Amino acid sequence: MSRILAFIFRRRGHGGGWHWTDIATWIWLIGGTILMFGPALWLVASSFKGPAQLAEFPPTLLPYVQQTAMVEGYDAPLPLYTATQEDGSTKVLAEIRRIGVNSQMVDPGNPDERINVNIADRSPVREIGLATGNYAEPLVKNNFLRFLWNSVFVTVMATLITLFTNSMAAFALSKYRFRGRDGVMLLIVATLMVPLSVILVPLYSVVNAMGLLNSLWGVILPTVATPTGVFLLRQYMLTIPDELLEAARMDHASEWQIYWRIVLPLAAPALAVLAIFSVVWRWNDFLWPLIVLSQREHYTLQVGLNTYAGELNVQWHYILAMTVVTMIPVILVFLFLQRFITTGIAGAGIK
Amino acid sequence: MAGLGETLGRAATWPFTLMARAVDPPLRVWQRWTGTGGMAAVFLAPNLAIFGVFVLIPLVLNFVYSMTGGTGILLDQRPFIGMEQYGRLLECEDYTRRITCREDQFWTAVTNTAGFVIFQVTLMVVVSLITALILNRNIRGRGFFRAVFFFPVLLSPVVVGLIWRWILQREGLLNLIAVNLGLEPEIWLNDRFYAFAATIGVSTWAHMGFYTLILLAGLQAIPRDLYEAAEMDATPPSRVFRRITLPLLGPNFAVVLVLALIRSVQIFDEVYVLTGGGPGTSTLYLTQYIYEVGFASILRNPGLAAAASILMGAVLVVLTLLQLWLSRRAEGRRAR
Repeated sequence: MSRILAFIFRRRGHGGGWHWTDIATWIWLIGGTILMFGPALWLVASSFKGPAQLAEFPPTLLPYVQQTAMVEGYDAPLPLYTATQEDGSTKVLAEIRRIGVNSQMVDPGNPDERINVNIADRSPVREIGLATGNYAEPLVKNNFLRFLWNSVFVTVMATLITLFTNSMAAFALSKYRFRGRDGVMLLIVATLMVPLSVILVPLYSVVNAMGLLNSLWGVILPTVATPTGVFLLRQYMLTIPDELLEAARMDHASEWQIYWRIVLPLAAPALAVLAIFSVVWRWNDFLWPLIVLSQREHYTLQVGLNTYAGELNVQWHYILAMTVVTMIPVILVFLFLQRFITTGIAGAGIK
Repeated sequence: MAGLGETLGRAATWPFTLMARAVDPPLRVWQRWTGTGGMAAVFLAPNLAIFGVFVLIPLVLNFVYSMTGGTGILLDQRPFIGMEQYGRLLECEDYTRRITCREDQFWTAVTNTAGFVIFQVTLMVVVSLITALILNRNIRGRGFFRAVFFFPVLLSPVVVGLIWRWILQREGLLNLIAVNLGLEPEIWLNDRFYAFAATIGVSTWAHMGFYTLILLAGLQAIPRDLYEAAEMDATPPSRVFRRITLPLLGPNFAVVLVLALIRSVQIFDEVYVLTGGGPGTSTLYLTQYIYEVGFASILRNPGLAAAASILMGAVLVVLTLLQLWLSRRAEGRRAR
């Protein structure tokens, strides 16, 4: 064990004692790990708690569910409580109904006799368990399955179109000489300066004029011509040797075939990076879908979540579970593809 | 088994392969007719068309909207009123008192955003720099910790906002910690100061990993032998930091600073979900002001929203030009 610890906490100097910077380093790293993962883990743990448990203070770390029992003579399972009786002893009873401050209870072993207990004298019997209804109910009842489908549709379509249009433009800009090429490049650079939040009103009017309000295409199309994507792909395609293209032309390949059969497969690594970025971007988009989509059946997950979380009486048990669902694709990307993204950012400084 | 993956991959790309084959003959005809130059136009057309319709046309229209009045979104319902909207935004009887401005909400949003930008960017740069310096040390599991700090960057702003709303609510985790430390529980987001601080803290939490990566890349590009030489001369660490690390990190540091500024000015999503601009208007920032004036409020005024967004855009253009200039300089230095 101590050797493992020595290995993990390898220090700065060669041998010798701990320098104060080593201690500070590890405090920062471990504290950072807790701070970065903790909130999301807390969300996941909370999402499995029932509504009553969520309203409790202090909150418990793990999710519990109240135990229930089938009692003879009752159709539905009854919740179990530990009731303190007058003589101070405790007994596990099942609650039939609550009347004011009194609870009408029954002994599961002796179902004929009813007992009245003050609600202050009873506490629920609980065991660790998952309130999976938090997930199932909103998906079925509250349209969340629909929102999920809309989000998937937007993400997949936008990513496909982004890959196609951006790679074609990047091909033209990296492999052809034509008049106005620098002008086009400059134009694309210039659009970097126009984030969506600056053109909300006129963009809305354009989308409105095209009849795309309350349509998922109204969400998809304005986002697909990303300047970052064109840049990333162009930089990569510049490294593909022109001789390859010339050889193909000798063999009477058309320009389209050169793009499709030679350049695209060779640019696969850059396309993969752009695809990952695009999936994360489009899945997380919020402001623009919020403006374009005003009918519930067209909401994406992000907009739907915001709407339900903005209600006067927030149903946190549903919101938390659906937030976890919204996180899933991003967590998958994090677990399996994080390396591509971090090297992409470190290399090109894109986001 | 090896064949299975290939077959599946082929099945998935099959519609695209078919599509690509279908467009080849007509494009061949076009190519014979116009030459390869014409093909460049074909390849550029889809992307440029989308750019044109959804970026360039709106950009021009924005000015038109900002100079017309009324509540209609269609241009033919909007009378031309010149610079009236800008006047309404910028006019105050007494510039030292916000309340006397014609559009005092706008000034509230501007001052809130200014405060937010100053504190958030400072915090962001300091925290990212410390983290990058620590990750640049000779530690075990650097890849793991780099990933740790990057994790929140991938989360959607809505998720970020909800995670923290859940922690900051009355029965939340922060109050649990507060009570255990012997403090009074608070409804944090109902307090003007705490809500403002929360927007800064939460947005820093969500994005610092991104800036850490850029700074770390810069740190790792600094040649090791410089440090070795400094060690031989027994240079004190503070001096090494001032004389080697900071100057050589300079370009990356500047890029981070400007990028953080650009994004901080536009802050919307996570704050909107976290506080909704409240309590009152204490966390109302510029983009939310534009969104509400243009879309959400009952008395919506697209012209006013357009004018406000042009003013914000002007600030962003200056910052972006600064960024392009700085990153070009950074590239030049790396090449040398």
